[in-house]
Amino acid sequence: MPIDYLPILVMVVVVIAFAAIALTFSALTGPRRPNPSKLSPYESGMPPFGSARRRISIKYYLTAVLFILFDIEIIFFYPWAVLFRQLQLFGLIEMAVFVIVLLVGYVYIWKKGGFDWD
Amino acid sequence: MDLIVFYLFATLAVIAALGVVALRNPVHAALCLAVVFISLAALYVLLSAPFVAAAQVMIYAGAILILFVFVIMLLSPGVDQGAGALKWQRPLAAVFGLALAVELILVLASAVLPAARGQYTPERLAQIGDVQAIGALLFTDFLLPFEITSLLLLVAMVGVIVLAKKRVRS
Amino acid sequence: MSLSVPDLNLRIVVPALIVSITALVVLLGELVTPAARKRWLGYTSLIGLLIAVGATFGLWDAHATAFGGMIAADNFGLFLTLVILLGALLSVLLSVDFLRAHQVEHGEYYMLVLSAVVGMIVMATATDLIVIFLGLELLSLPLYILAAFKREDGPSLEAGLKYFLLGAFSSAFFLYGIAFVFGATGATNLTKIAAAIAKNPSGDLLLVGAGLLLVGFAFKVALVPFHWWTPDVYAGAPTAVTAFMSVAVKAAAFGAFFRAFFVALPGLAMDWRALVALIAVLTMTLGNVAALLQSNIKRMLAYSSIAHAGYILVALVAMGAQGSSSALFYLLAYTLTNLGAFGAVIALSDGARERLEIGDYAGAAQKQPFAAAALTICLLSLAGFPPFAGFVGKFLIFSAAVETGWAWLAVIGVLNSLVSVYFYLRPVVQMYMTEAQPGWDGSATLTTRIAPLVALALAIAVVGVLALGLFPTPAIALATGGFVR
Repeated sequence: MPIDYLPILVMVVVVIAFAAIALTFSALTGPRRPNPSKLSPYESGMPPFGSARRRISIKYYLTAVLFILFDIEIIFFYPWAVLFRQLQLFGLIEMAVFVIVLLVGYVYIWKKGGFDWD
Repeated sequence: MDLIVFYLFATLAVIAALGVVALRNPVHAALCLAVVFISLAALYVLLSAPFVAAAQVMIYAGAILILFVFVIMLLSPGVDQGAGALKWQRPLAAVFGLALAVELILVLASAVLPAARGQYTPERLAQIGDVQAIGALLFTDFLLPFEITSLLLLVAMVGVIVLAKKRVRS
Repeated sequence: MSLSVPDLNLRIVVPALIVSITALVVLLGELVTPAARKRWLGYTSLIGLLIAVGATFGLWDAHATAFGGMIAADNFGLFLTLVILLGALLSVLLSVDFLRAHQVEHGEYYMLVLSAVVGMIVMATATDLIVIFLGLELLSLPLYILAAFKREDGPSLEAGLKYFLLGAFSSAFFLYGIAFVFGATGATNLTKIAAAIAKNPSGDLLLVGAGLLLVGFAFKVALVPFHWWTPDVYAGAPTAVTAFMSVAVKAAAFGAFFRAFFVALPGLAMDWRALVALIAVLTMTLGNVAALLQSNIKRMLAYSSIAHAGYILVALVAMGAQGSSSALFYLLAYTLTNLGAFGAVIALSDGARERLEIGDYAGAAQKQPFAAAALTICLLSLAGFPPFAGFVGKFLIFSAAVETGWAWLAVIGVLNSLVSVYFYLRPVVQMYMTEAQPGWDGSATLTTRIAPLVALALAIAVVGVLALGLFPTPAIALATGGFVR
């Protein structure tokens, strides 16, 4: 029932309100005395170097796509697991076909070094 | 109450979708896309389909949006300067886009869905559970589409390796 | 809640299943095959495709559905399955040496071709819009990758990206159309949609849905005004890939196109027939006129494929048994002819260096007479000269149009064929009546010998084009198959 999700809606509203109020309030009341080290981006104590806009390696993309593909698989597993008992042997077979096809893909990626960084 | 929430998120989704198209900075556009995805998830909840909503947040707002951001960082294009060569396309695209939009809005505003209501009413879904309902359809009537999906995912995996993985020269 | 499993009737999907298993075998084979023996993966693909051909013939006249009415084996779908498998067989024959020459000999190529074939068979035999959509995606995704397969090559990458972006765009249209049709009829099954329309024939929602489906199909088979991607993609993609996608995609997409409009939407024929006729006129005319202006042979063949999509659309307008059977024959003839033409382009190339400009074909007939003759026969067939397959195909489609009262459409089609003769003959004139140009006359590696597999593919295509042109009756008889409803 949608009404069960009311707490989430309330939380979303509270989060947005909290962020908005905190930012506005500190902007309005806080003192402003800028100096170069305050204006530099905060990098956990490291001095920042280079531009944040530099291009990243395509390897990240490879990882991201593979993550999505396996993520989508999990969405299919979930309702299958819920219905596992009712589907009986037939359910096992149909999921086995699905998984075998993807397992071939998994072996392929593995052997091609898709899970290695270099 | 449901109606208010619906209009809230529907409006949010439309505004954010316009933002995706109109904003020049691709990172801002991607953030707007996140808002679209999450608003849609809220609409799915209103339709008594919380599982679809969860999948929407996990896959779209989670994984696919991350991929978009990666692609943006991969290309690092800065702010779009506007199309150079084919300037005449812009007014043409505006005219046709607007015509399609007006047509769709007119049809959707006037039409009442003529099809018969399906068997999955909110009450029935509450009784059997929406994950069960989806699973029961997916693993019986829609078994063929489900199995085709596995092949589609396999092709995507192969495509990623073929196009993006460094080849070891032997 | 009890779950009832629908009647699977697995034998209906055996051809697609065989090709799928071959694809998996080839993918695993790629992992263990040393670089020097990659061509064996091509041979494996050929064997799988041949077994699938046998299985398809075994299903002939089965006339049954499977997976609870999601997919069917009727003679319309089986004929297209055969056309698709034939196209794939010839494409693989053309590819084996092509890949080596272009230094992209990877087993994934065959796996992607086979996956696309599965998608095409699914699309051509599906009886449910959801399955049609999944077939469309399963055929498109491998082709996006194949178009960009020469990934060190700029035009190839551009072709892949362009095809992908516009293909994704058209998929969205198609999906939106399915949503509208579902909203209007409450069904995605084609037969059930037809029943719902018969009960409640009017409805703007349905018309918009049908229109969006039309746009989705029009993108895939490259109809004007949704053809813009075609020349760049066809010219940029590796030639063997272009050959494959120019024929097999058309067979699959037109199959689903005809099935959706004949089985699900005949009740709306009053609304879509005139529009489709207009698109056919625009597509034929623009394809042929633009082809006149091309100097690159792949771009010329791209525009020519747009024009041929226009001719096939005439059969859609004609409707009825004649419309579908003439389209089936035309698709078979077009598949053989176009693959022959692209095969000749591959055969006439010098290693990885291809004759891309029409001027490059000067004097080619002296150096490589067999390939030049094959190219000539295929181009004449494309132009619709008797006694070749293209002539019979055009004759069937135009007479179907005349008999259903669309004579003016047939006249425009004939006029267009006359225009097309000019650009189809240009390479022929170059090959036979001009001296070879410097760069193409004295090359030591350019031999009269054609790689055996390419020669085999060319021979099959040429013999097929001649056989269909001289003895069309058996093929016409096979093509008369109807739909499961």
